Amino acid sequence: MKLENVQKEDSQLIQKKMIADHFNRLSHAKELGKKVVYTFVPGNLNELIWALDMLPVHPEINALQSGMRQLSGGYIIEAEKAGHSEDVCTYVKCDVGMLKQGNIGPTGEKLPAPDLLLLSYTGCFTFMKWFEILQKEYNCPVVMLQVPYQGDGEITAGMRQYVVDQLRDIVIPALEKVAGRKLDSERLHTFLTSSARSEEDLVAVWDSARHHPSPIDAYFGGVYYIGPIFTAFRGLAECEQYYRSLRKEVEYRIQNHQGPTTPEGLFNNQKFRLVVEGPPNWTSFRDLWKMFYGEGAVVVASTYTKVGGLYEYGFRHDPDRPFESMADYCLGCYTNRNIPTRIEMLEKYMSDFEADGFIINSIKSCNSFSAGQLLMLRELEKRTGKPGAFIESDLVDPRYFSAANIKNRLDSYFQMVEARRS
Amino acid sequence: MDCEEIISRHETLCQDTDFNYVRQWKAKRQAKVVGFMPVYIPKELVVAAGMLPVGIMGAGDREIIRGDAYFQSYICRIPRSTLELGVKGKLDFLDVFLFPAICDVIRNLSGMWKILFPKVFVKYLDLPQNFGPVGRKFYIGELEGLAADFERLSGKKLTDQSLRSAIELYNENRRVLRDLYNLRAKFPHLVSTYDVYLLLRASNLLEVSEHTQCVSAYIRSAVKRQKPERDHVRVVISGAFCEQPPLALIKALEGSGCYIVDDDWVLGCRYLLSDISLTKQQNPMEALADAYLTDTVSNACRFETSRKGEFLIGQVKDRSAEGVIFAAPSFCDPALLERPMLQDALSAQGVAYTGFKYAENTGQIQVIKEETGTFADSIKLWGSR
Ligand code: SF4
Ligand code: SF4
Repeated sequence: MKLENVQKEDSQLIQKKMIADHFNRLSHAKELGKKVVYTFVPGNLNELIWALDMLPVHPEINALQSGMRQLSGGYIIEAEKAGHSEDVCTYVKCDVGMLKQGNIGPTGEKLPAPDLLLLSYTGCFTFMKWFEILQKEYNCPVVMLQVPYQGDGEITAGMRQYVVDQLRDIVIPALEKVAGRKLDSERLHTFLTSSARSEEDLVAVWDSARHHPSPIDAYFGGVYYIGPIFTAFRGLAECEQYYRSLRKEVEYRIQNHQGPTTPEGLFNNQKFRLVVEGPPNWTSFRDLWKMFYGEGAVVVASTYTKVGGLYEYGFRHDPDRPFESMADYCLGCYTNRNIPTRIEMLEKYMSDFEADGFIINSIKSCNSFSAGQLLMLRELEKRTGKPGAFIESDLVDPRYFSAANIKNRLDSYFQMVEARRS
Repeated sequence: MDCEEIISRHETLCQDTDFNYVRQWKAKRQAKVVGFMPVYIPKELVVAAGMLPVGIMGAGDREIIRGDAYFQSYICRIPRSTLELGVKGKLDFLDVFLFPAICDVIRNLSGMWKILFPKVFVKYLDLPQNFGPVGRKFYIGELEGLAADFERLSGKKLTDQSLRSAIELYNENRRVLRDLYNLRAKFPHLVSTYDVYLLLRASNLLEVSEHTQCVSAYIRSAVKRQKPERDHVRVVISGAFCEQPPLALIKALEGSGCYIVDDDWVLGCRYLLSDISLTKQQNPMEALADAYLTDTVSNACRFETSRKGEFLIGQVKDRSAEGVIFAAPSFCDPALLERPMLQDALSAQGVAYTGFKYAENTGQIQVIKEETGTFADSIKLWGSR
């Protein structure tokens, strides 16, 4: 028990320190002479940004942190007062509201304004509008990397080439201009090599959920596991260290037949193994998690944790094919895949991880995820013969989280799964 | 035919969710039909391959029964009403269905269509957001891929010559539509927006040359009309490029004291601003791509930063409009995310605006009419500022 705690704390401490250091650097970016690049999580170009010695900021992460700290509701209302529609993505409104209230980041320090908006336009239309809005607020340069959608469920040579061409001809020159230096390909090589090692470890972590009991929760725990790799740290030594530690902790749990740790301690008594589609709700994240583990439900695979990159089919960043592999990375993100592919992925999760059923958390804000989920529900039930549940909430708008409704829905779902099993 | 006859025919066409015109065309021509969702597809390619492009814009204010089972309440209406048409077999004439890159709903609908209608050739058409040489290369590649698909599906070679002819047909069509818009802006009492709208909707269905003839005939007849000019306020409509308002709402806007002198509904047929230039040396595929990259309306689905709002302000000035009415479908991300930026641009120029949301089947027509009526009155009283 003692060892387990020590090992667990290792990865958590590393992550905590990484985040604190990063926000500290950001708050002193101007004194340090560092340029700041705002960019999105899916298909991000973290290695490039670091190779040019710039600091990344991810507005979605600020929004979700604001949600977890119960600040998002106020920010959203502020943005709506400024004319933003109640119908649109609350991440955008949370970000706009936060900006209007002084742009204080998750650690309580002020975030620097961007020197460049790097619009990695992957898997979500709203990104484009979001940065148009920010461009007007900050009046700074913006550069777009358009990532074609996998409409036919595959990456064509033309799609890959388009991304590579943009990287070479548009994105890198724009980054270099703001950075005031040329891209150092050696540095890029080092970061990409490191990324691949972290990716390898993360895949092992996801794969561990095949065990009974599952040593991880691939959704509620999973969102912590993706933190470093999907945000500011992929490519850095401390990120590698994080995933090495995490993998060791998970291996330890496998050897000792342990489940993951929840806010209320070790979760060994796993009655239901579930697959989850869709992002979580952040404003009531812990309440939602408790509705799962409280009933003995562990999540063995989730799609949200693939939104910033999908590694389980073998993709790794490749230092010897830097631009092509960055292109494949961007093209492969979960929401850049079409609905048939998303269904196939979920179907595979259900069988690979021996799941009893699946839950779709449909997020009001996010058409990219949500449009099509009702068909996904039907198709998955049909193909797997396993029951699915459909719940609705929002990412960071507390007005759209109805705890009683969701709890009722989940409880009756768990009863149904139980009944079907017996 | 005079205006009334033309419009009466077009009312029927627009409301015919059985698509009888298309079915008859298909039976007569023994050729394939290519459906497409808003906003823009290069219809020239379809025609060059001997097929009929058909714009699908939902089911209007028809009751929806099965489509609701596919979409959550917070998603706009056009995908559910389109699916309703599909599952009821009303779109069974479609051989191909194109879903252009406009938003995540239409994007995801493309994959849903693949699952639900496996016999239809479904294609998501990725349009470039980088409008320079890199985007051009990608887009030409996409167009060539599409042309190859069309050749295979139609069994007809898509030659330079057939593409040139199709471009010319559409150039002529765009010319008469520009004439129609100019005429309405000049004599809005002679050319009602209701009429204009129905003429545009017909462009989704009719063969292009037939459509051009209809619009020309309408124009010839409209200029002879004798109607009094009213003390209405001249406005531009913005935000209605995808899901369409019900016909009754369009009538109500006009009835609320507004002359609509420009708009963005059924935008696909006016997406390109001028003729596609076609010199002898020019490759028609490249000309088609260049037109998309450099000569289009401004639209929420295109990535624009520095010139945000300029196009709308240009419309206001060119049409001597006194205000803008933002009309967007509920839950429409592109239109609603765009709106605050456009509003800021208008405010900076002192242009008055108001806005509302609607759905294909909106029941709030009277409320909206009162709001736009108040807006018109306020402009009459205090001017645009
Ligand atoms: S729509 Fe979805 S993917 Fe896009 S920014 Fe909002 S939450 Fe993120
Ligand atoms: S109405 Fe708007 S959100 Fe809906 S499909 Fe059309 S563009 Fe997309």
